Amino acid sequence: MKSSLWQCTWLAAIAAALAWIPSTAAAEDAKPFRVGIVTFLSGAAAGPFGVPARNGAEVVVEAINAGTVVAPYASKGIGGAPLEIVFVDEAGGTTKQVTEYRNLVQQKNVDAVIGYISSGDCLAIAPVADELKKLTVFFDCGTPRIFEDASYKYLFRTGATATMDNVAAALYLHQHKKNIRKIAGINQNYAWGQDSWNDFVATMKVLDPNVQIATSQMPKLLAGQYGAEISAILSADADVVHSSFWGGDLDALILQGAPRGLFKKSTVVLTAGETAVQKLGGQIPDGTIIGARGPFDMFAPDTELNRWFRKVYTDRYNVPPSYPSYKMAQAIFGLKAAYEKAQAGAKASPSQEQIIAAFEHLTFEGPGGKVTMGLGKGHQAVQGTAYGTVKHVGDKFTLSDVATYPADRVTPPDGVKSEDWIKGLKAAK
Amino acid sequence: MRELLAVVIDGAIYASWLFVVAIGLTLIYGVMKILNMAHGSLYALGAYAAASLGGAWLAGGHSPYASYAILVLAALIVGLIAGPLLERGLLRFMYGKDEIVLLLVTYAVFLILEDVIKLIWGVDPYFIAQPYGMLGNLDFAGLTYPVYSFVLIAVAIFTGIGVAWVLQRTRPGKLLLVVIHDREVSLAMGINVSLFYLATFTAGAMLAAIGGALTAPTVSVVPGMGVEVIVLAFAVVVIGGLGSLPGAALGALIVGLVRSAAVHYLPQVELFSIYLVMALVLVVRPKGLFAGFEARKI
Amino acid sequence: MNARDRTLVTLVAALVALLALGALLPPWQFLATVALAKGCAVLGLMLLLRTGLVSFGQGLYFCLGAYSAGSLGQFFGVTDALVLLTVGSLVAAVVAVVLGFLLANYRSIFFAMLSLALSMILYGLLVKSEALGSTDGFNVTPPTLAGSAISGHDGRFSLYALACVVAFAAALSLDRYFHTPLGRLAAAIRDNELRVEYMGASVRQAIHVKYVIACSLAGLGGALTGLTVGHIDPEMAYWTTSGEFVFVAILAGTGSVAAPFLGSVLFEIVRSVAYQHSPNTWQLALGTAMLLVIMFLPNGLWSMFATRGKAA
Repeated sequence: MKSSLWQCTWLAAIAAALAWIPSTAAAEDAKPFRVGIVTFLSGAAAGPFGVPARNGAEVVVEAINAGTVVAPYASKGIGGAPLEIVFVDEAGGTTKQVTEYRNLVQQKNVDAVIGYISSGDCLAIAPVADELKKLTVFFDCGTPRIFEDASYKYLFRTGATATMDNVAAALYLHQHKKNIRKIAGINQNYAWGQDSWNDFVATMKVLDPNVQIATSQMPKLLAGQYGAEISAILSADADVVHSSFWGGDLDALILQGAPRGLFKKSTVVLTAGETAVQKLGGQIPDGTIIGARGPFDMFAPDTELNRWFRKVYTDRYNVPPSYPSYKMAQAIFGLKAAYEKAQAGAKASPSQEQIIAAFEHLTFEGPGGKVTMGLGKGHQAVQGTAYGTVKHVGDKFTLSDVATYPADRVTPPDGVKSEDWIKGLKAAK
Repeated sequence: MRELLAVVIDGAIYASWLFVVAIGLTLIYGVMKILNMAHGSLYALGAYAAASLGGAWLAGGHSPYASYAILVLAALIVGLIAGPLLERGLLRFMYGKDEIVLLLVTYAVFLILEDVIKLIWGVDPYFIAQPYGMLGNLDFAGLTYPVYSFVLIAVAIFTGIGVAWVLQRTRPGKLLLVVIHDREVSLAMGINVSLFYLATFTAGAMLAAIGGALTAPTVSVVPGMGVEVIVLAFAVVVIGGLGSLPGAALGALIVGLVRSAAVHYLPQVELFSIYLVMALVLVVRPKGLFAGFEARKI
Repeated sequence: MNARDRTLVTLVAALVALLALGALLPPWQFLATVALAKGCAVLGLMLLLRTGLVSFGQGLYFCLGAYSAGSLGQFFGVTDALVLLTVGSLVAAVVAVVLGFLLANYRSIFFAMLSLALSMILYGLLVKSEALGSTDGFNVTPPTLAGSAISGHDGRFSLYALACVVAFAAALSLDRYFHTPLGRLAAAIRDNELRVEYMGASVRQAIHVKYVIACSLAGLGGALTGLTVGHIDPEMAYWTTSGEFVFVAILAGTGSVAAPFLGSVLFEIVRSVAYQHSPNTWQLALGTAMLLVIMFLPNGLWSMFATRGKAA
């Protein structure tokens, strides 16, 4: 009885020692600016989001340290200091992520943390950032609740919220399709899918109070088999089908739905469709409406920064960057812009307070265009978004009828909650 | 009426998929009393192997009609490699330990295999969609279904009958039934139980891989695709009665039909329909629908 | 010194050591608080293991405890930590009393599967509930203890100390329970239920009582985790959470009431190390570690060997 207790104690002591030794060895001089980057490196979200984001980080940080980025980020390093990255896998649940965040800040002594794709993780980490007083930048998570429900001093989000994805989708549909009587939806049954569908339906109802909901399918996240759902939608005779599916689920929906005529019978709008385009572009039928959660990838403006980013990324990874890569690059560039603004040409590195002051209400440039930290008292970014319709020209995948929507048309202003703002949207838009 | 027909057909298709996926699990449990959590990884391995081998086959310009055989072949190869490796290399040393310990061992194997798959194939999705769309669609009564789905139903029926036939009509099969019934007596009678365990585990692994291989054309093969399947397979097997083949079939059918009805009539309940069925069945029949009779040893 | 006093001394020594460690190494506090909270749930599971039952659904009560504490704070403004912890375990206990009527009839794998099904039903219900934030969950208002805040930077040690004391109390209470007649029935039931019935004790009732105790411990652990992490979500009811408890329980063995806490701390450390040193292959590292433990630390599993005499 006692021996197992002793063995456990010894093992605990050894393991604790192992856990602490490397971190003390790593705490050398403070000259490099160390950033912890947290994104999905395993699990279902790794392929479509986590790894493109990680690749984006690697390529951008390397270029920044070498000084090979084009204007306006041509200076070497971040205010002269080299950037050092520590990657952490975002998988494992919120409790695990809070633990790892604390490890990053307290043991790895990072100067800033950039990351988080999952809204659940973002919600959990937000108060911890202020508790530990560490500059943290969310780059992708979509829930509007972060800055609508509270305000934070040390936390920034350089990616816009998901509200605009669905509001813009509804606006686009009304502009490009006449006589929408019935709508159907197939969304993953978790917060992201539920919020997306709710925002979409609310906007559609404001734009046309007579629209009917034929069916709302909410299969389990990562279910993978949608035969029954597709049958239900096909027999519902909807004019429009809305889906916020991503990753393997989106691929499965396309692979299983297209042969059965789902995309021909109704106009399907895929708010996160851009993630499927690289691999499955050829299978997405004409007429499908695709979004990229912002002005990214094929919607990005033709600026020098965008061209540079695409070239560097494609040369390194043999595939073009997708929207997570863009958003990660945006976050890193935002940090660099804020740091250098705070430094204001001086030699000394700015304090965290100074960087934060510079970051608030900052307008900076990313590969997707200008980003303004205009909401959440200067901590939340606003950006416009765009949608386009799939049209295959010969063998080539292209988007026609691309429409862009400026931020103020699809995002609620500071202090107004998304749900209330949507209800107040005027019909004539 | 059309709706009801759709419910039945969708239910049958989903049930066939469940059955093919779950049959390996119930076989391994029935013989070895191991609830194999690595089943999900074997399924994923089958899918990845099928996507790779099938992809290479099709890229080489060979006959697309033969690609179906290639899918199954890929799965069989995976099962033949992974099965003995796991059984001889690891599980053999764990026999005799408590059921829960074995479950945790298979869970550890599952974790390891997830990363092994990631190391071999990376995190990008793989596709082998051609066999799915190639057979075209079947239109009737205003409904459209791909022929592939009906092929899946046929495969499920064929596999079920095949395994049942092997177990009940062939000599090795009958010996296996003896081993299932009482391991110690079989040993005493001179049956090579260890060989049977190896054969069973390998067969179970092959069946799991075939499930994955046949699913591959309908989805994108991504990391983590095995995780969801584990609980689904568990639920089907528990509903039907652990170790019972007709139980697995009936369990799959019930789950498939209930889920299909939920999707068509009450989509909000779909999320927990399978667990509700599992709970209800266990309340009414505590050991599952077709649980075997176990002599109680005092 | 008999076994009872030995355990008391061990527990007191552990409490003192933990408090000292926490005071010396502030970064250790958070990880240890979470580990101790989960250790409470594992402690309950250990009680069930000693009775010969494995529950794959402790996540149900873990989640219930967390959500009750969180809701009380978020929607009713109650912040006193002791109140929240008590409510968390009470809610879990009440639900366990009800569900125990059903579950006490099942054994072995069916007990495990039914408990898993019930926890997944709660998961489904929570995911559907948009008022509770669905899968995003919601943040827990910072707890207080006797008026002063125990969360945030300054209160971190107080929360840690609270967790240590709660764990100590739980372990001690359970140890005392094992020395009562009903507590001693656990091993008897595991060995041979039929003989217990012949002796005149009701196996069903005994299992029901133990189930309620185990689940209220899980609820306590859940509430404590919610207060520490500051965020709760339905993932706590998912079967992988329950599976984690089962693994830690097996790793720790059922030898002593302190074992679950040591096992829990060890597990958290190993997982953190795996994350930090191999972010791309931490699953491989964790799985290998688990296998090594199962193969080479049979002492942690020693009491499970004794169940081989059971009908199987």
